[in-house]
Amino acid sequence: MRTYLLNRAWQSLLTLILATVVVFLGVRALPGDPALALAGEDRSPETLAAIRLQYGLDQSIPVQFGHFVNNILHGDLGTSIRTGTPVSSMMRTALPVTLQLAVFAIVLATIVGVGAGVVAAAKRGRPAEWVANGLALIGLSVPHFWLGLVAILYLAVATGLFPASGFVPFTENPVENLHHILLPVVILGTGLSAVIMRQTRSATLDALSADYVRTAKAKGLRPSAVIGRHALRNSLIVVVTIAGLQLGELISGAVVTEQIFGLPGFGKMTLDAVFQRDYPVIQAVVLVTATAYIAINFLVDLLYSLIDPRIRVGGEAA
Amino acid sequence: MTITPLEVDHRSGSGSGSILEVRDLTVTFTTESGTVSAVDHISLDLREGEIVGIVGESGCGKSVTAMSLSGLLPRSARTAGSVRLHGTELIGAKEPVLRAVRGRDIAYIFQEPMSSLNPVLTVGRQISEVLQVHERLSRKLTRDRVIELLTLVGIPSPLQRIDNYPHQLSGGMRQRVMIAMAVACDPKVLVADEPTTALDVTVQAGILDILRELRDRLGTAILIITHDLGVIADIADRVVVMYAGRVVESAPVDELFARPQHHYTAGLLAASPAPGRHAGTDRLQEIPGLVPVLAVQPDACTFAPRCPAADAQCLGSAPPLTSDQNALGLLPGHAFACWHPCGKPPTSAKELKP
Repeated sequence: MRTYLLNRAWQSLLTLILATVVVFLGVRALPGDPALALAGEDRSPETLAAIRLQYGLDQSIPVQFGHFVNNILHGDLGTSIRTGTPVSSMMRTALPVTLQLAVFAIVLATIVGVGAGVVAAAKRGRPAEWVANGLALIGLSVPHFWLGLVAILYLAVATGLFPASGFVPFTENPVENLHHILLPVVILGTGLSAVIMRQTRSATLDALSADYVRTAKAKGLRPSAVIGRHALRNSLIVVVTIAGLQLGELISGAVVTEQIFGLPGFGKMTLDAVFQRDYPVIQAVVLVTATAYIAINFLVDLLYSLIDPRIRVGGEAA
Repeated sequence: MTITPLEVDHRSGSGSGSILEVRDLTVTFTTESGTVSAVDHISLDLREGEIVGIVGESGCGKSVTAMSLSGLLPRSARTAGSVRLHGTELIGAKEPVLRAVRGRDIAYIFQEPMSSLNPVLTVGRQISEVLQVHERLSRKLTRDRVIELLTLVGIPSPLQRIDNYPHQLSGGMRQRVMIAMAVACDPKVLVADEPTTALDVTVQAGILDILRELRDRLGTAILIITHDLGVIADIADRVVVMYAGRVVESAPVDELFARPQHHYTAGLLAASPAPGRHAGTDRLQEIPGLVPVLAVQPDACTFAPRCPAADAQCLGSAPPLTSDQNALGLLPGHAFACWHPCGKPPTSAKELKP
């Protein structure tokens, strides 16, 4: 178990270092001299030299990389070209919004998806399965931006049950925070839960036809124990994989939902930065996204090992 | 007709020590291509401390028979007839009744000990489950009992093994765990479905020893299902030979091996290797043809298309399970379903008419 986790941690760290190198070189590889771009009208050699000195551009690439890494480690992600705000403080306001949205949505999607998937598998060929399948089909085929607009129209604008847009930080007012985030979480979560439901259903059906389920039945266990303890546990690997992928996508790209509900999140910040060619922000966004993916992957590996003992001893002779 | 079909009495006194009585058990499956009958009017008895072998090739209905005893078949199966455990009817019994029987009164050991154990639960946990469901012991007592069971089935250092996962054990050890799980509640009937098929020969012998020991110590009645006549010869007291969903012959084990009456049984024996035969010089005999699709064929001997002794009578009516000890010099309890048993030279239908 420890060997496995240490291995994974080491791999994650390596990936993170590689990601940092790629981000650093990616920006350096962009055509054009950044000093020229920053100098604007005044292109005198003195100004250019001053700019190069200020940004450390006169130094060799390895030295520049050293500075880059050093800055990141000190929480300095650079400054936005457009607004002049430090990127790290932009992150501090945008990231919590997206993280909350993503984590809440994935938790909701997992609970609903696993529940419906297990019911559909256990009640195969009966009305409960048709209902679950039908709902999943709707969840999959209805685009969530449309669902979001409908929800805003009927639940926010028409009845005023929920705010139509905006965000209140949890630390400021927890109740208002939940009030604002609920609708987007539900909208985002439904689509995701449909995917999780489909996967859970097929994984559970597979597990239910396995020999060890026959053994469990032959022991005289109740159907709830047969499914809950024996079948579901074995289908969770699939669920964790899907949910992990979805969470990664959510963090980097809940753009549409954030836009519709006017949430000042990470997706919106990315979109703005791309449209405004705000390179320091884009660079930071890529780095943070990569880090998030790596962290989620590590978490997924950790969960794998908790679910399946065969993964835990992976390297050792079984 | 000179051969009078007798109602077979291989129960030797109904109710006397019979734990499990199966009468006219019939299992049909409804498929897209019509109704298929997997088990066709099977009757058999199991007495306390007795080891009965069911033998036959793949698809003859032996596993379906085993599963149907405690209602473990999928919902697509229709079961008719009667299965009585100590007089209690199990066919058509409600699910909670069957759940109470499974694992406590009728326990199973399956083939493939790798896939039959849950890979994500420790073996200790999987054995405790049975105890928790049926005996409601405390945690401590359950653990003690599990260790006792692991010792009983010959697993070395049970204190460590109890917390192992199935993949950490060898095939033979896993099958021992399966047995420990099956005998946890001292079942009256142990159904072992191909318990040694996936194992090495030496490991096989060990597993069969354990089953025999259990019978001797606990008086467990064992129904062992196999296609391996070697296993049958080794362990069974009595043998039931199945072909295409029907019992074709049933006899005490030595009797069956010495005087097979059904041509299918004779074919099976001729097809199994025996010491003294030389590979290459002595070819094993095979039974020509294939096992028929299990469609309903009520009025013919199912083996007739492959049988060397078949004639019009065999295709026209199904032979009932009879015993004809006097004419053929067979021992009591030897029954067969054949119009032209091996013990006599094959006779034509004409000669049989008076």
